[in-house]
Amino acid sequence: MLSLESITKTTQDWLFTKFNPQIALTLECVFVILLAITLFALLGLVLVLLERKVAARIQIRLGPNRVGPGGIFQTAADTLKLIMKEGLTPDTADKFLFNLAPFVVMMVAMLLLAPIAFAKNFQIWDINIGVLYISSVSSLSVIGILMAGWASNNKYSLLGAMRSGAQIVSYELSAGFAVLTIVVLTGSLQISEIVAAQQNGWWLFKGHIPVVIAFVLYIIAVTAETNRAPFDLAEAESELTAGFHTEYSGMKFALFFLAEYINIFIVCAIGATLFLGGWMPLHIGSWEAFNHIMDYIPSSIWFMGKTFFLIFVIMWFRWTFPRLRVDQLLNLEWKYLLPISLFNLLLVTVIAIMGWYF
Amino acid sequence: MYTETEIIKDTTNLGPDGELVVNMGPQHPATHGVLHLVVTLNGETIKKIEPHLGYIHRSIEKMCESLTYRQFIYVTSRMDYLSSHINNTACALLIEKGMQIEVPERAKVVRTILNELTRIASHELWIGAMAMDLGAFTPFFYAFREREMITDIMEDTCGARLTMNYIVPGGLMYDIHPDFQTKVKAFVKQFKEKVTEYEDLVTGNVIFQSRTKGVGVLTTEDAISYGCTGPVARASGVSCDIRKIAPYDAYDRVEFDEVIETAGDSFSRYMVRVKEMNQSIRIIEQLIDNIPEGDFVGKTKNVLKLAKGEFYQRVETARGELGVYIVSEGATTPYRIKFRSPGFSNLSVLDHIAKGSKIGDLMATMGTLDLVIPDIDR
Repeated sequence: MLSLESITKTTQDWLFTKFNPQIALTLECVFVILLAITLFALLGLVLVLLERKVAARIQIRLGPNRVGPGGIFQTAADTLKLIMKEGLTPDTADKFLFNLAPFVVMMVAMLLLAPIAFAKNFQIWDINIGVLYISSVSSLSVIGILMAGWASNNKYSLLGAMRSGAQIVSYELSAGFAVLTIVVLTGSLQISEIVAAQQNGWWLFKGHIPVVIAFVLYIIAVTAETNRAPFDLAEAESELTAGFHTEYSGMKFALFFLAEYINIFIVCAIGATLFLGGWMPLHIGSWEAFNHIMDYIPSSIWFMGKTFFLIFVIMWFRWTFPRLRVDQLLNLEWKYLLPISLFNLLLVTVIAIMGWYF
Repeated sequence: MYTETEIIKDTTNLGPDGELVVNMGPQHPATHGVLHLVVTLNGETIKKIEPHLGYIHRSIEKMCESLTYRQFIYVTSRMDYLSSHINNTACALLIEKGMQIEVPERAKVVRTILNELTRIASHELWIGAMAMDLGAFTPFFYAFREREMITDIMEDTCGARLTMNYIVPGGLMYDIHPDFQTKVKAFVKQFKEKVTEYEDLVTGNVIFQSRTKGVGVLTTEDAISYGCTGPVARASGVSCDIRKIAPYDAYDRVEFDEVIETAGDSFSRYMVRVKEMNQSIRIIEQLIDNIPEGDFVGKTKNVLKLAKGEFYQRVETARGELGVYIVSEGATTPYRIKFRSPGFSNLSVLDHIAKGSKIGDLMATMGTLDLVIPDIDR
C-alpha cells in the first residue's frame, strides 16, 4: 500500500544507493527543508481560510466567497497583497531588533515542527527527549514578542509585549504539567514511544478522569500560550489597537500572522499526539471488524483529522468568548489552573505506579 | 500647533511622574468615533483620563440659528445619529408647544412607534459594539440581524436608514407605508424569538460577567451630581425616564415599566438596556394595532414663527435626556438654540468611575456608557 512511510523509505534507499552517504544526507536535508517550508505555506493558507470560514459560520454570514470557488484562493490573494505592501520601519524604532523579531517568532515555530510525527514512521527528528524539546523551544517565542514590543518604541506595543510575557511564562507551567501527566503514564519523553503506548487505546480514554482533566488544562493553557482569544491580551485590538505588532506592516506583519497559525497547528498536533493517540487509528476493545475498517484509513489522515478537530475547537473559543482582563488571566492560572494541575499530576502518578490504567 | 518633532517627543516620552501617557483616539478601535482620551497609566492601572473633544464639531447649534423652524430639524438628525427620529421629535414637539399646533392622533402614535423602534435599533447596535469592546465579535452579527429589519422598516417609511428626517412640526412628512404594520409585527415576532439568542451568548457568559460586574461603579449620588440620564443613571437607581415624568406623544396611554437597577456597575447598565428593549417591544405591541385613521399632519401656517420668549422641550433618547432650548425673538429663525445632549454628561463621569481600574475595565466602562461622539461634540 502506498503510504508516506514507504515513499520516504524508497527515497532514502534510492539516495543512499546513488550517492555517497554524505551527499545523500545533504540532499535529504534539502528535501526536508523544502517540504517543511511548503507545509508552512500550505498550513498558513489553509488555516487562515478555515478560521475565516469557521468565524463566518458562527457569525451567520458567508465568509470569503469571491476569489476562486468558495473563496479558496482568498488567502493566496491576501498573501500577495501583503508581499507587495511596503514593510515600514518606524523612525524611532530599534531597527535591528524590530526587523529581527518576526524572524525569531517564525524560527521558533519552525523548530517546533521537527519532532512531530505526521504519520506512521514519518517524522523529521525522533529525538529521545521530544516532549522536553517541545516545551523548552515553545517558550522561546515570548522572546520574539517581547523584542517586537520593545523595539517598536510604541506604548501600545510595549503594553502588549509585557502582557504577553507575563501570560506565556505563566501558562507554560500548566501546559508543562499537563504534558508531564502523559510522560508519567508512558515513562518516556520520546514522541514515537508515546504514540506506540496508545496502540490499544488513546490516553484520553484509558487514563481515567485525571487525563481528561489534563487534556482540558492543556487546551486552555495552549490557547493562552498562542495568544488566542479569549486570552489574546497581547494584541487586544479594542484596548491596545494591535498590541505588540501595531507597528508592523507588509510581510513582517504576515510573518507574525503566519507564526500564530503555525503555532496553533503545532500545539494542536502535540495535543493530538499526547492525548488522542497521534496517528493511531481509533480502536474499540474487541470489535474486530470495526478496528479492521479503522486500520484502512491512512495514519496521516488520522493525525490530520485529530489535529484539525482541536484547531476547530480553539477557533470556536475565539468566536464565542469575550476577552479576559489581565489580572483575571493571571488569577486563573496561578489560583486555579496551577494548583489543579499539580494535584492532577500527583493523581496520575499514583495511577501510573499502581497500574490502574487499562 | 505641534511641529513634527514635538509629536514624536510627545508620544514617546513619559508623563511628569514617569507614568505612561497614552493617547487613546482620535483613531482607536474602542472609542467608536473621534473621541480622544489622554490616559495616564501606571503599568496597567489607570491614573487619570482626560477626554479631548472637538474632532467632530460641526457647530450644529450655530447652523440651526440661520435655518428656519422647518429646516433646522433635519440638522439635528446628525447629532445623535443612532436616534435621529427622537432628535427630530424633540424639535417638532418644541415648535408644536410654542405655536400651539394640534397634532393628529395618528401622527402621535406613529411617532411613538418609530421612536421605540429607533431605541431598539440603537440598543442593538450598542450591544454589538460593547461586546466587541470586550473582545467578543459574534454578538455584533446577531444584533445586526434584528437591527437590519428595523432599518428596512425605516427605509420603507421614510426612505432613509439612518438619518430619517421624517418628522415635521405638526406631525409626519407623509403617511406610513401600507406594509408598515405587517412589517413591524414581523419584527416584533422575530425579536421575541431571537432576543434570547444573544442573551445566551452575552448575559450568561462567565467571562462577560466577570468583566462587567463591579466594574465602573457609579453611585446614585454621583449619577445625580454629574447630571447623568438615561440607562446610565437608571442603572444607578435614579428614576429619570422622561417618558414617565413628562409624557409626550402617545406615551401617556401605553403601559410600560421604567427599568431601574441599583448596582450602578457596567453589568447593570447592560441589563437596563436589554430590559429596555423588551419594554419598547411592549409599547410597540400596544400601539401597532391601534393606529387611528385620519390626517398624518396637522394644519400649520406656511411660515412658522415662534412667539418671543424662551422654550424648552425634553425627550428620552436611547442615551438619556435630550433637551432643546430655544430663545426666540419672534423671527422665522431661532435667535439662540442649545441642545442638552445626554452623551456629554455621561462622558464626564468616565474619569471618576474608571480611575484606578485596569485598561480592560476602561473598555467595559466606556462601552456601557454608550457614547456617540457626534452627540457629544455637535
